[in-house]
Amino acid sequence: MPIKLTVNNVPASVDVAPDTPLLWVLRDVLDLKGAKYGCGMGLCGACTVLIDGHAVRSCMTQVGSVGSQAITTIEGLSPDGLHPVQVAWEAIDVPQCGYCQAGQIMSAAALLQRTPHPTDAEIDTAMSGNLCRCGTYTRIRQAIHEAAQAAPAAQPR
Amino acid sequence: MQMNRRSFLQLTALAGGGFALDLYRSPLALAQNEPPPDLKPQAFIHIAPTGVVTIMARASESGQGMRSMLPMLIAEELDVEWKDVRIQQADLNEKIYGRQFSGGSANTPLGWEPMRRVGAAGRLLLVTAAAQTWGVPAEECTTKAGRVLHAASSKSAGYGELADKAAALPAPALSSVKLKDPKDYRIIGHSQTGVDTHSIVTGKPLFGIDVQLPGMLYAAIEKAPVFAGKVKSANTDQIKTLPGVRHVLTIDGGITPAAYTPWEPGMEPGVAIVADTWWQAQQARKQLKVDWDLGPAASQTTDGFAAKAADLLKARPQTTLHKYGDVDAALKSSAKTVEATYQYPFIAHVTMEPQGATAHWKDGKLEMWSTSTLPADGVALVAKTLGIQTSDIATHMVRSGGSFGRRLQNDYLVEAAWIAKQIGVPVKLLWSREDDVAHDPFRPGGTVGLQGGIDAAGKITAWRHHFVTFGDDKHNTSGGGIGQDTYPAGFPPAYALFTSAQPLMLRTGALRAPGDNAYCWVAQSFLDELAHAAGRDPLDFQLDLLSNNKKPWSSGEHDAVGDHEPSGQEVLIPERFKGVLQMVAEKSNWAKRGTQTGRGMGIAAWFCHRGYFAEVAEVSVNAQNKVTVHNVWAVGDVGSQIINPNAAESMAQGGIMEGMGHLAQEITLEEGKVEQSNFHNHPLMRMRQVPKIEVYWRKTDYAPTGLGEPTLPPILPAVTNAIFAATGKRIRTLPLQRSGFSWA
Repeated sequence: MPIKLTVNNVPASVDVAPDTPLLWVLRDVLDLKGAKYGCGMGLCGACTVLIDGHAVRSCMTQVGSVGSQAITTIEGLSPDGLHPVQVAWEAIDVPQCGYCQAGQIMSAAALLQRTPHPTDAEIDTAMSGNLCRCGTYTRIRQAIHEAAQAAPAAQPR
Repeated sequence: MQMNRRSFLQLTALAGGGFALDLYRSPLALAQNEPPPDLKPQAFIHIAPTGVVTIMARASESGQGMRSMLPMLIAEELDVEWKDVRIQQADLNEKIYGRQFSGGSANTPLGWEPMRRVGAAGRLLLVTAAAQTWGVPAEECTTKAGRVLHAASSKSAGYGELADKAAALPAPALSSVKLKDPKDYRIIGHSQTGVDTHSIVTGKPLFGIDVQLPGMLYAAIEKAPVFAGKVKSANTDQIKTLPGVRHVLTIDGGITPAAYTPWEPGMEPGVAIVADTWWQAQQARKQLKVDWDLGPAASQTTDGFAAKAADLLKARPQTTLHKYGDVDAALKSSAKTVEATYQYPFIAHVTMEPQGATAHWKDGKLEMWSTSTLPADGVALVAKTLGIQTSDIATHMVRSGGSFGRRLQNDYLVEAAWIAKQIGVPVKLLWSREDDVAHDPFRPGGTVGLQGGIDAAGKITAWRHHFVTFGDDKHNTSGGGIGQDTYPAGFPPAYALFTSAQPLMLRTGALRAPGDNAYCWVAQSFLDELAHAAGRDPLDFQLDLLSNNKKPWSSGEHDAVGDHEPSGQEVLIPERFKGVLQMVAEKSNWAKRGTQTGRGMGIAAWFCHRGYFAEVAEVSVNAQNKVTVHNVWAVGDVGSQIINPNAAESMAQGGIMEGMGHLAQEITLEEGKVEQSNFHNHPLMRMRQVPKIEVYWRKTDYAPTGLGEPTLPPILPAVTNAIFAATGKRIRTLPLQRSGFSWA
């Protein structure tokens, strides 16, 4: 029986086993490639999406458990790539390889929604679940502070 | 880019290590042995009538910023505005683009002059087209921001208007074109945002894993838990009935385990499952039951390697790689001697994007979407393995989620190609993280026995270095060879570098700054030990050593080439090494460092891949031996020009973070099986562990060289020397946990 979802404000219906991880539904059924596979165990954060505004690891989230909650992926964070976090990321040129960055951006967007002006310690807590193998952490931290300055009430949609 | 004869001879005298070592330690030598490709501006530069300039990016991109940096060189000399430039990734075609690999920090030194000359030749074509159109001498024409100007007649034309005519003109010899004076640079030396950054932050499908083709199937491969273990039998008929499964293929593979495992040893055996989705293929894998013939590699254990290394260290060394002076006599007559054994483990690359590739076999032709950083070698390997012609293979070069040396090997590519040829529909292969850790071409571990002597004045008298690595009697395993002139060779008054090797049935390879990522830690730690034994400041002690006359080889001169620009150097130039050390000491306020218990600073420097880096780390260690790195100061000398400053600083910060990561990683074997599987037991640094990092450049009168690798090695000994300063405990065994420490 098809599973109904709301992804980036658009209703979707997918015909997959309910224990399929949300990540693979997003990537291979709905063709939203922004969330990435990195570990499959919730260790790296590359697959991070928002569910009702909270950052979750989509590789560990069974699609059947989402129900009517709103799923937001990097593709739906803003209509034009101009969410304050995205703007700051681009201005500072945070990425190296870029593979982890969608997950980093989604974690940062969720952080700023709850904590519009995070301290370094709050950034450490919120972002330590997102690995960056290239080591762009210094810039990620800088970009979060810059996004916080730019948009005191950053609201992921 | 020229080389002097002496440096070429130096390069050819490398000790074993196979292709990986040669590639990584001397990538320029490989390229320089080939005739220079006949590059034409028309291959790289495409100008639309509107004036929009498209520049082809020739190199593979896995995060080093080559897709931006090489086109920047072209755009600068073409004399266009960077904002008017569009970048397109070139497909693999080395006949027109030259070498398209990314490795060995080689793209900067190999691209610096040719890419600028391509741009200048393109500019010359446009000037010639304008001069012919206007009937004026070309010498009287100038260019500015995508326009040709003739002041005397007040004529001007945009490049777009001239493009058709220019493209039809014969390309000038690259050696004949004039290059800009660096003071006129408007793009080089100015930070340019990565060409893919906007696509990355908006989640566009850019990466190997994102490739999507109509009718595409997905593949996963179950391999033996032991290297090259073969499939005796498997329940393939049952697997074929599982949801979504289309094909189950047994891979016989082509590897015979032996004492020496070469670079790209061949396909590993296994069972490939091809399904409608990758998740279905993975689910089917859980039902797969394989009876393996594990083969001889199942006898290997980490403890066994350690025991054998200890035996080899006690025995007479197998090979003398470099020796001058009477080391034994010098040690005997020294006022003080220090003896130590250093050990470091195997580690895995763990690129954030696990290995994979997409391939489509149709009508006798193969099309591949490759993330390889040595893409031409990938094609050759695929052709050989599949028994097809390289001319029947087309390769698209796709951005990857990191390489760090991993994607120099093409094992995942040949697997995807092999599956594609069996099934005849597009297929995307993806390794799980567990596959990626277990079947990595590991950075090989090593054991080093060291003896050093100090005279009454506190100077080094002798250095004896016995490196126990892996291999057979003729080769060292890939990534496990050592260059005979590895620092500090040439500086101590008496010196000996010996090697011995034990068998290894395991795939190994090049990890960022291969060899150097371990040898720097060993040498710079032992130097620190000697300095403390001599009761001297480690900085002064090393500067003193670097002031010794080098023997038996020396350099310091450089050749003038091209437009009177100096070339980079393959050989260590003491003044550059000293220069970064002195500058990092100044930036870190080294002379005034505190002596508080539990807090300390360490210093280290290294020369590799033509670059010089010195780094100072400041750490604290708590009562539970948990280590926090608070500050890092880094100084790099990679020549006269930092091409893309913001990206360069990021690369340096990243190398430091990666090097810190290495300190806590290890791969161990039990009954031939890799015991680690994912990020919980092969960890990376996390946000809360990131120090404040300051990066400085020491600009010198040498041609620019690469930054991928030389930033990394010094951080390991800088941190462990700082731990010694904080605690008095010398770390001679990595990872940190094996010496009783861990990250806070």
